[in-house]
Amino acid sequence: MTAELGQIALILALCLALGQAVFGLIGAGFGWGNWMAAVRPATLGQAGFVILAFLLLVSAFVGNDFSVQYVALNSNSELPTFYRVAAVWGAHEGSMLLWVLILALWSAAVALLSRSLPETFSSRVLGVLGIISSGILLFILLTSNPFLRAVPAPFDGNDLNPLLQDFALTIHPPILYTGYVGFAVAFAFACAAMIEGKLDQTWARWTRPWTTVAWLFLTIGITLGSWWAYYELGWGGWWMWDPVENASFMPWLAGTALIHSLAVTEKRGLFRNWTLLLALFTFSLSLLGTFLVRSGIIVSVHAFASDPLRGIFILGLLAVFILGALTLYAWRAGQLRSDAGFEWWSRECFLLLNNVLLVIAAVLILLGTLYPLMLALMKLGTISVGPPYFQLVFLIPVLPLIALLIIGMHSAWKRARIAPLRQRVVTCLIVGALGAIALSFVYTGRVRAMVLIGLLLAIATMASAAWVPFDYRQRRVPMPRGALGMAIAHFGVGLFAVGAAVASAYQIERDVSLAPGQSANVAGYEFRYVTMRSVEGPNYHAREADVVITDAQGGLVTTLHPQKRTYLVQQQPMTEAGIDVSWKRDLFVALGEDLGNGAWSMRLQYKPLIRYLWLGSLLMAFGGLMATTDRRYRTELAQARAETTVPVRP
Amino acid sequence: MKLRFFLPAAAVAVLCASLWYGLNAIRGGQYDPQLIESPLIGRAAPDFIAENLLEPAQQVARSQFLGKPFVLNVWGTWCVGCREEHGALLAIAKETDVPIVGISWKDDRQLARDWLAQLGNPYHVVGVDPEGKIAINWGVYGAPESFLVGADGRVLHKRIGPMTLDIWHQDFVPLLKKTGSSPQ
Repeated sequence: MTAELGQIALILALCLALGQAVFGLIGAGFGWGNWMAAVRPATLGQAGFVILAFLLLVSAFVGNDFSVQYVALNSNSELPTFYRVAAVWGAHEGSMLLWVLILALWSAAVALLSRSLPETFSSRVLGVLGIISSGILLFILLTSNPFLRAVPAPFDGNDLNPLLQDFALTIHPPILYTGYVGFAVAFAFACAAMIEGKLDQTWARWTRPWTTVAWLFLTIGITLGSWWAYYELGWGGWWMWDPVENASFMPWLAGTALIHSLAVTEKRGLFRNWTLLLALFTFSLSLLGTFLVRSGIIVSVHAFASDPLRGIFILGLLAVFILGALTLYAWRAGQLRSDAGFEWWSRECFLLLNNVLLVIAAVLILLGTLYPLMLALMKLGTISVGPPYFQLVFLIPVLPLIALLIIGMHSAWKRARIAPLRQRVVTCLIVGALGAIALSFVYTGRVRAMVLIGLLLAIATMASAAWVPFDYRQRRVPMPRGALGMAIAHFGVGLFAVGAAVASAYQIERDVSLAPGQSANVAGYEFRYVTMRSVEGPNYHAREADVVITDAQGGLVTTLHPQKRTYLVQQQPMTEAGIDVSWKRDLFVALGEDLGNGAWSMRLQYKPLIRYLWLGSLLMAFGGLMATTDRRYRTELAQARAETTVPVRP
Repeated sequence: MKLRFFLPAAAVAVLCASLWYGLNAIRGGQYDPQLIESPLIGRAAPDFIAENLLEPAQQVARSQFLGKPFVLNVWGTWCVGCREEHGALLAIAKETDVPIVGISWKDDRQLARDWLAQLGNPYHVVGVDPEGKIAINWGVYGAPESFLVGADGRVLHKRIGPMTLDIWHQDFVPLLKKTGSSPQ
């Protein structure tokens, strides 16, 4: 019964989502109070039924109900319960359900937390979210129903893809989706403001915390994905420029631009057109990402089982949502004008440059991702755009971006005084230069100009960010949480860049073949392969090696146990790398192939400072969290609560 | 309402239209991004002349391999799959006397040399293809790719993605045996 109930719950959710859209938009359009009063209950009801449908699918997985086709294809009775829950979003249908669940939760959050907003405005926001929910629910029901029955029901399931049987990857999709689906809220706020024709500073203030929260989830989600790729794919890389990675990275870049541009619109009322467009494009890129991953139009290691029919459906949704919003924009954009001005040497200007560079980065990545497809369609032959393209085009906007960040953090609104700025920036650059030279000495690799420049800018950014709190103390001004968050996030940017530069420039890796008792030397560490044995997991068997690592003085560092697993159902070999983690470096052993006579090929790696790359990303997210807890948003919320306790209308 | 405010909408419309065209091409079977069968199979291997990676004064050319089978392997130090297959290539080179000709695709020469010094060199000889001209002639879709060329100069097989010992024994060796036993 669960599958049928799930299907009914989804249909009811669709009805309520349509109600949410109709009551919200038409009610607000005609100013009908009783229609608008129905929007919040419809939104919460929609969320309730989507949650119910999701829980029913979870129960089908946990209860091993293989009569449900989706469960049969993606689970197995031997699969540990934890992974059975995670298997819900292990393939296309369930992950779309997760997508719509997260949208429903965001909508419910907006419904509950928007009582301080004018009623017509909040109704329109929820109405727009209702349109998006209806589209996605229709898509699930018509093309990707996870509740279809398998006839006849198989005795056992096909098991979850072994690549996905991993902790980081079970929490990666929910967090990632929370991020990029969350940009729907900024999109809805933008559409509502355009329909209303009121794009003032309050609009930016309302949008800001929602956008920052979505952004911080996306940041954590991407970080988890990168971390997973590092230890699970067995080759020790942390970013591949794969189309699917790009699909989540482009909304991140646009979202980063958006939170900066919102700051200008909120504080100074400038860049309204631009902020509006960014709010539309950030969510559009999220939708485009969903499309690219699921339509099979692009080759990727991550791609879902693809179906062009689904692709056409999502493309239709994408066209309706985005073209609708952009037509609205074309209609309203002429009415927006900013009276305020700013000088060249001001925070506004730095933030504008930040926006331009981030958008350039996003566009170049979009071009690289779509380029092979476009060429193929124009019958110009198939080609592949590899990491050399992406690394280059990414560095071109990002290096000046970081350089500007060092100055921008300390510049004032409207007009900055140059003299104190110059002194600070020079100090930061000196700190950066010293740090870069010191790091190059510590990791005696080849000194490359690009690495040196990168490290200099990265360390100078950290210094500049660390200066911000001291500056407030010196001026005896209390530091708002927003500024603290800004400093932490930008410190994270610097830390990330240090980790990325050192880890990619000074890593050492060797592919060796070792027989038991033999050893190999990497970066002064001796890796000795002692023995190999068989290990049984719940749903796999594995060969596990003991690799003893000693340092240059002969002291024992650690013993690593890399595995080569074969999963019983899907028979897919998987590499589980053995990694020794420390703040200075990672030591990494991955098993390659069995060469016979007990010898194995192995990949040994030394990765200096790689942890800082993820730590820096998490700091960025933490900075975002700090900024959203700023007093001015809390007072707004408190006001809202106070208002709701007093009956406003008789 | 000014026309320029419609520019974003127009750009998105163009993008959507071309994606729609692409999807239809996939549905109609004119385009399959997953499976790109090489049109070269059964035809004469394309000609190439390239600078020798390890001895830049010399050249690597198609003409040096006339009348004998060889494997052409396209790789780059920036390519994940190439790293994955490197151990297998070393093992294959040890096992067979069929020369493996490497094409260092869109890569930095020094990085490529370091790679071979560090990881070992499975190649009989490596040619450099910094602009990807050779790769285009061979219809390379992405690295790594390996082509098997028979003694008669025809392309016998193409492998997209990392090579393994199993694939070598399954797909390459039988073809070599077949053509080796009945030379044309």
